[in-house]
Order: sequence, then structure tokens, then C-alpha cells
Amino acid sequence: MALTYVAIATTTVGSGGSANIEFTSIPQTYTDLLLVSSLRGSQNGATLAGLALNGSTASFTGRYIYGDGQSTVSGSDGGNVVNYATGISVTANAFTNAYSYIPNYTSSNYKSISSDVVLEQNQSTNAMFLSATLWSNTAAITSLSLNVSAGTFAQYSTATLYGIKATV
Amino acid sequence: MTMPTKLVVDCSTGVTTEVELTAEEIAQREADAAAYAEQKAAEDAAAAAKAEAKANAEAKLAALGLTADEIAAL
Repeated sequence: MALTYVAIATTTVGSGGSANIEFTSIPQTYTDLLLVSSLRGSQNGATLAGLALNGSTASFTGRYIYGDGQSTVSGSDGGNVVNYATGISVTANAFTNAYSYIPNYTSSNYKSISSDVVLEQNQSTNAMFLSATLWSNTAAITSLSLNVSAGTFAQYSTATLYGIKATV
Repeated sequence: MTMPTKLVVDCSTGVTTEVELTAEEIAQREADAAAYAEQKAAEDAAAAAKAEAKANAEAKLAALGLTADEIAAL
């Protein structure tokens, strides 16, 4: 990572699993935020992971494209899905790897989130998900949570929150 | 009954704690799951309709005499 990237905090899910991974008291001293995650779920199939900002899952809209090598789907939605967790029915130790970038997170404008997600499954149908999401809220972001839609995030899932500075 | 938990990372201290979800958070989680399922069903239906339309179009082109390579080149 360039020197402008600072790892604010990181966490790894323990043996009991966890439904949410939440970062609180996010410092307001950076320009942008980058959430890097590696997620596996407890369900058979892949599960969606939604984003909550300042504890809210409301006022999200977005567009996405999803492809798995056999079919593609794109559309718009009113949801907060920005990530996935690989299911347990696929190869052990395969995780979904993702980046979610949030520029200008302290501004009083609406916040945009762009996400780049690969559902690694070690199979021929590995999938990719790209989304452009808008959170129509003017509050500065002070907390951020990834919430799995069913079951839990599995052990060894990780998430790291980076702060981005415009200059070193 | 074991309550689901969440990991809370305090960025000001770097300390991670595991806490049980509140009743409100569990209700929100269930509502989100229902919304996700509805969205997924809509996506699946759209994908199926698109695949069926594509297959129908290819069948019509094949009936006109186009080869598979010619159809793929369109």
C-alpha cells in the first residue's frame, strides 16, 4: 500500500462466528475510507453482506452487476448490499475478497460507496460483483458495519479499515 | 438459545469486543434478510427471462439458416 494508506483497525472472526463486523469511533482525520475484507459464511450457499453506516441500513440506493461465467445480471436496487460471504458448500478455505471505497466520508454531502467483490470458490463458476451505492445521508461517517444476511461470518474471516490521506 | 453476536472494533483504541446483538438489531437483520431474498428472487427471474429470450432468438436465427458461429458473431 502507498504511504497514504493507513490501517486504522483490523479484526478476525473467532471460532464462534459473528453476524456483524463493526468499526466504531472512526477517526475523522482522513480523506477517504477503504474497507478490505475476506469473508466466508456459515450457510451452504453464498450469503449477501449489507453495509450499515452510523448504525443505519436506510437510504441506500445503487446499481450493480454480477457475473459468474455462465450468466450476468445487472440492475438497480434500494438495498445496502455491497459484499458477499462464500458458502460452506464450496472448497474449504475459500473466501470472498472485496474492497469497498468510500470517498469524502466526513463531508456533509451524500456518500458514495464503490465495491469490487470476487466470490472465490475454487470452482468454474467463481463470481464477481461490482456495485455503485449511494447513501443519501449528510452525516459524517463515524461507524461502519458489515452485516451478513443469514447465519454468521465464519472463523478466519477478516476485515481491515484503511484511512486514505490525500497527501503524506 | 444462543444469541448471535457481533464483533465491535473501537478504532480509537484498537480493541475488539464480541457482544450479543440487541433485539432491535436482530429484527433489522431479519427484515434485511427478507429484503435480500426478495431482491434475489427478482434477479433470478430476470436472468431466467433473459436466458429464455436469448435461446428463443438463437433458435429463430438457426431456423433462418445461420450457423452457430454466425449467431455467436452477431
